[in-house]
Amino acid sequence: MRCGFCLPACPTYVETQDEVHSPRGRIALMKAVRDGLITEYEEVEHSLNVCLGCRACEPACPAGVNYGSMLEEARAIFQEQKKKSFKEKATRKVVFDQLFPNQKRMKQATGLLSFYQRSGLQKVTRKIGFMRLFPKHLAEMEKALPKVPKGIKRESNYFPVNKTNEKTVAFFTGCLMDTMFFETNQSTIKLLQLAGCNVHIPQTQNCCGALHGHSGELEGARQLAKKNIEAFEECEADYIITNAGGCGAFLHDYDHLLRDEPEWKERAEVFASKITDFTSILVDMKFHEQNTLQLTEEIATYQDSCHLRNVMGVKDAPRKLIKSISNVTYQELPRADQCCGSAGIYNIVQPEMSNQILDHKMEDVKGTKAHTIVTTNPGCLLQMKLGIQKEGLQDTIRAVHLADYLIEALQEK
Amino acid sequence: MEQAVIDQLIEIIGKENVKTGVADKLAYSYDATPNFQALPDCIITPRSTEEIAKIVKLCNKEKIPIVPRGSGTNLAAGTCPTQGGVVLLFTYLNNILEIDEKNLTITVQPGVITKDICDAVEGKNLFYPPDPSSMKISTIGGNINENSGGLRGLKYGVTKDYVIGLEAVLANGEIIRTGGKLAKDVAGYDLTKLLVGSEGTLAIITEATLKLLPKPKAKKTMLALYKKMEDAAETVSSIIENRIIPATLEFMDQPTIRAVEAYANVGLPIDVEAILLIEQDGDYQSVEADMLKMKDICLENDAIDVSLANTEEEAEGLRQARRTALSALARLSPTTILEDATVPRSEIAKMVRKINDIAKKHNVHIATFGHAGDGNLHPTCTTDLRNKDEMERVEAAFEDIFSEAINLGGTITGEHGVGEMKSPYLAWKIGEPGVELMRQIKLAFDPHNIMNPGKIFAKETRKRVVI
Ligand SMILES: Cc1cc2nc3c(=O)[nH]c(=O)nc-3n(C[C@H](O)[C@H](O)[C@H](O)COP(=O)(O)OP(=O)(O)OC[C@H]3O[C@@H](n4cnc5c(N)ncnc54)[C@H](O)[C@@H]3O)c2cc1C
Ligand code: SF4
Ligand code: SF4
Repeated sequence: MRCGFCLPACPTYVETQDEVHSPRGRIALMKAVRDGLITEYEEVEHSLNVCLGCRACEPACPAGVNYGSMLEEARAIFQEQKKKSFKEKATRKVVFDQLFPNQKRMKQATGLLSFYQRSGLQKVTRKIGFMRLFPKHLAEMEKALPKVPKGIKRESNYFPVNKTNEKTVAFFTGCLMDTMFFETNQSTIKLLQLAGCNVHIPQTQNCCGALHGHSGELEGARQLAKKNIEAFEECEADYIITNAGGCGAFLHDYDHLLRDEPEWKERAEVFASKITDFTSILVDMKFHEQNTLQLTEEIATYQDSCHLRNVMGVKDAPRKLIKSISNVTYQELPRADQCCGSAGIYNIVQPEMSNQILDHKMEDVKGTKAHTIVTTNPGCLLQMKLGIQKEGLQDTIRAVHLADYLIEALQEK
Repeated sequence: MEQAVIDQLIEIIGKENVKTGVADKLAYSYDATPNFQALPDCIITPRSTEEIAKIVKLCNKEKIPIVPRGSGTNLAAGTCPTQGGVVLLFTYLNNILEIDEKNLTITVQPGVITKDICDAVEGKNLFYPPDPSSMKISTIGGNINENSGGLRGLKYGVTKDYVIGLEAVLANGEIIRTGGKLAKDVAGYDLTKLLVGSEGTLAIITEATLKLLPKPKAKKTMLALYKKMEDAAETVSSIIENRIIPATLEFMDQPTIRAVEAYANVGLPIDVEAILLIEQDGDYQSVEADMLKMKDICLENDAIDVSLANTEEEAEGLRQARRTALSALARLSPTTILEDATVPRSEIAKMVRKINDIAKKHNVHIATFGHAGDGNLHPTCTTDLRNKDEMERVEAAFEDIFSEAINLGGTITGEHGVGEMKSPYLAWKIGEPGVELMRQIKLAFDPHNIMNPGKIFAKETRKRVVI
């Protein structure tokens, strides 16, 4: 079916009005490659590279086309067939093989970053424009990075509650979330406890593998998936909670990722069925009704995490939580369901399109007159911070993760 | 296409607006019609009417086919470039030029999305009624060239009833203007109406002036459920017989309901045989009275439940769900082929029955939905192109459906156009002399046959087996 219903949902089509950069076009291209109709892979790969992987085309598709897995498989084929361009090769090498799969190394990496920020070096380099030596978008991104907290360490791996009707959950910390956004993870754990959850944090868990999967490094993604399944099987929790839409969606699709491996298929299905986003469980357990949430008067808006909304189907729970804070006026962001242009490492490898999308997003944000942009994914959070920075709005608008926002609003802390 | 011609195109509109890459050609090789795909030689995006005029002149001289393309959602292979040539896009010509609140008109460029027109005028308490199910994606240029209908067609008519003026580029490169912001105009032949529905085969539309109505004050929506398809169809005829013209009167059968509900999740009952989506708009009192009366008529015709949408949100959910019917049916099978047979509305019950009989006779699956109120049904075959044997039966079934529609005083296509897909059947409806007259008109406009060649006119008419 080529009805085109997905076209207006696709951010890259909206920006370009070009069928090549639409879901319908990309599917036609992938099909043409599969059927051996074309051999000019570069052009097809370009189209797929410009795709954000935001999967907004999926809920828009009445026919139920599973674009995400088509894309992943196509990217995997290209990955094998083609040599990567140098720039991409360099970033990929660092990002995939070294940084993400290993939590320890990630901690060291953010440790360096944290040293750089706290030492005052960041200020100095900003002043002398050292970062200008780098491409503009990298320089801007560097400025938007949050301060990394000192000495990341959690006091315990188990946070029990003393309440009846409690649930036992396991928390998926995520590599970026547990380093650069460590505080947000702490907030999330606290919220879960308040809602009545015993929270386990399995120690042998690893990166979810999303960045690998989305870039065609499927084998790497499968390895990580297996490690995570093992790690979480041990604690026998009712739910596995995530607070990063990007990771959550990928974990949620582990059953698909491992569908062809008989000894893992079933375990992956059990794992995937337990994946729950933190906002959904908070709402289910009536966290917002049992606790008083209040802030000084302000307007807040919410940017959907693409994967939370499009893959996990969560759109009302985060909004409900924000609306439950007294004195906060919730203003719906027009086109909140459209990707902000962050999309994993997209804003590094496709800076132009990413910037174009971000600029339009910031226009919409300004229209809401919001003081706070709430997000539910680290990538979106960074991108919104970048947007605020680019527009010079640091003094009037801030971007926060919903978990931190709720802790801030919590009265009896 | 020779490089020299491409160079000349580049000279006219700039390098960035002429695309010849393989990925580009592939992305413009299809429209929403199954089983049609062909590569163009290049894709061009001119920025003005003047540039279009220059391009057309060049193509006319070089005898290069031009395929004007909006969003490529047509269902008749109307923008599939089966003869190669250039695909001409209206990406830059996508502005609303004026909303004239004194004359109640809107003037637009062809690339404007239909829904954007509806939204823009509703903001000013005005109303543009034609609302094809594809309105979120389709362009007004496409609507005009297909003379598209929509959910509100039975009360408010179709696109042609709202187009009152056009600017168009002819095959020789001349620019003409027809009609205007006029309620009356009999200066010569009605070229506006001739161009509407011409499927890009006569001229390229570069601007259109559309008539607007005042926005109705009230609107109500209800859903009637049936155990038997025929009861729903009888209700349709009965409502109209009772001198009520509802704004919307849409029909869905069980397979359609199930597919739509699987996608839209709006709470449609999946165990009934058929539903009718009924709407009325107008002033408060008459809407209220009509809805009550229609409810009674539904119940008289054995509806098992009739319920009013409580909120506008709920109503919009139902409308949206109905709009996804065709695409949602694609969940059921690899290929969905839909038809557009239309009969006088008094014959709708008969036609529904015939469609069922025909499906049984040829052993194919047909789901039916459509704008029942204006006699326009969309029997849709859920099938698989790779299954040769079944495809033959599907084709035979559709031929029977066309034939039956014509027997009942109907037509082969109510709103999707002839394009390339239905061209072999055109003569069934209008006869050979009719086709020949159309061919003469085409020749007068486009002697070198460069404007969307291969559409409307078939090499050969299908033999009609009279049953
Ligand atoms: C799911 C679905 C639902 C649909 N529902 C309806 C419905 O309810 N009612 C209905 O009537 N149709 C419906 N359609 C069919 C289709 O959407 C309409 O025909 C629509 O008008 C096409 O618009 P478009 O912009 O996609 O045009 P295209 O498909 O790009 O083009 C249509 C025709 O117009 C020509 N054309 C386009 N622009 C110009 C121009 N500026 N100058 C000259 N020629 C031009 C093209 O050459 C082609 O022949 C539906 C289609 C789908 C996929
Ligand atoms: S994943 Fe996002 S960017 Fe890619 S085709 Fe789908 S909607 Fe477009
Ligand atoms: S992917 Fe879905 S929405 Fe997009 S053209 Fe295909 S069927 Fe239609």
